[in-house]
Amino acid sequence: MHELSIALGIVKIAETETQKAQASQVEKIELVIGSLSGVELQALHYVWPTAVKNSVLEHARLEIETVPAKAICLECEQTFSLEHIYDACPHCQSHFKNILQGKELKVKALEVV
Amino acid sequence: MCGVCGCGHPSGKASITKPDKENRPTAHHHGHEHHHHHHHPKSVLELEQDILRENQLAAAKNRGYFEAKNILALNFVSSPGSGKTSLLEVTLKALKDEMPFYVIEGDQQTLNDAKRIQALGIPVVQVNTGKGCHLESDMIFDAVKQLEPQENALLLIENVGNLVCPSLFDLGEDKRIVVISTTEGEDKPLKYPDIFHSADVCIINKMDLVPYLNTNVDKIKEYALQVNHRLTFFETSCTTGEGLDEWFDWLRAQKKA
Repeated sequence: MHELSIALGIVKIAETETQKAQASQVEKIELVIGSLSGVELQALHYVWPTAVKNSVLEHARLEIETVPAKAICLECEQTFSLEHIYDACPHCQSHFKNILQGKELKVKALEVV
Repeated sequence: MCGVCGCGHPSGKASITKPDKENRPTAHHHGHEHHHHHHHPKSVLELEQDILRENQLAAAKNRGYFEAKNILALNFVSSPGSGKTSLLEVTLKALKDEMPFYVIEGDQQTLNDAKRIQALGIPVVQVNTGKGCHLESDMIFDAVKQLEPQENALLLIENVGNLVCPSLFDLGEDKRIVVISTTEGEDKPLKYPDIFHSADVCIINKMDLVPYLNTNVDKIKEYALQVNHRLTFFETSCTTGEGLDEWFDWLRAQKKA
């Protein structure tokens, strides 16, 4: 259940940035999470209320933008979408690929007051 | 709340102990912070900040330390019971006169693994993560400070037994080694792809049990390669010694001159 560590990392970022901006509360937080990032959204939502308790995020609206995964095939050099890391290239069935997107794990923006 | 011990403090610390200095983890300071509310206009902070940045920064710090001291750091990950500690034991027994080793043991509780390593005369510290399910790079930083490894050494880090969480946390290691035992079934690489995707080496352990199992070792490799085509494989048994020479040769070749 590393989602708790992830959530606490988000809280830390929010606390630091809110303080820097001399604000006191976060009204909205936007996250970007890739489908292959290794973070389960369900688990993140589950730990969220506990993690943000007594922090600047306690009353913040959580918005998550998910990034679908894409890879480039190292055999036929075509770009394709993938659901799992182990998916083969749909054009030539090769498993030799580099992931182009889908590993994102970012705090995109905070709306603070 | 703290992800380490589950208490109300936001920043828990794992306990880091040399096995001969058993002590109880110190309690967190539970302070209160009061937020004073001023009237500020609403503003949007565009951050684009990596959530794992703290861990990555500490990992970079570790990496710099290892490079400066010419230390080869290896991060062993696997599910519980795959034989990581046994593999470390046979490796240390065979090679400890050839090169200097240091070990960091990660477990939620107990000093058991550190005691096994210490029995071999190898400097070791135990990191107990409490409720934490993986090692993070700042724990390695603190553990290394206690270990004070000499130059040109090998640092073996045994992560908490867990095929999920350790995949996200770079410790600053040179190579990540995923251990899978033949009793775990062939499809673990597909079920837990992140850890196999992030590894450099895959050790298939408990090869001596293959005659008693329905496990097809070639299938394990095929699935692991579908996840990560860069993997190097070793097939070992810590009981019979099968495949260990190839693994030792790889270690000798990796060791920084």
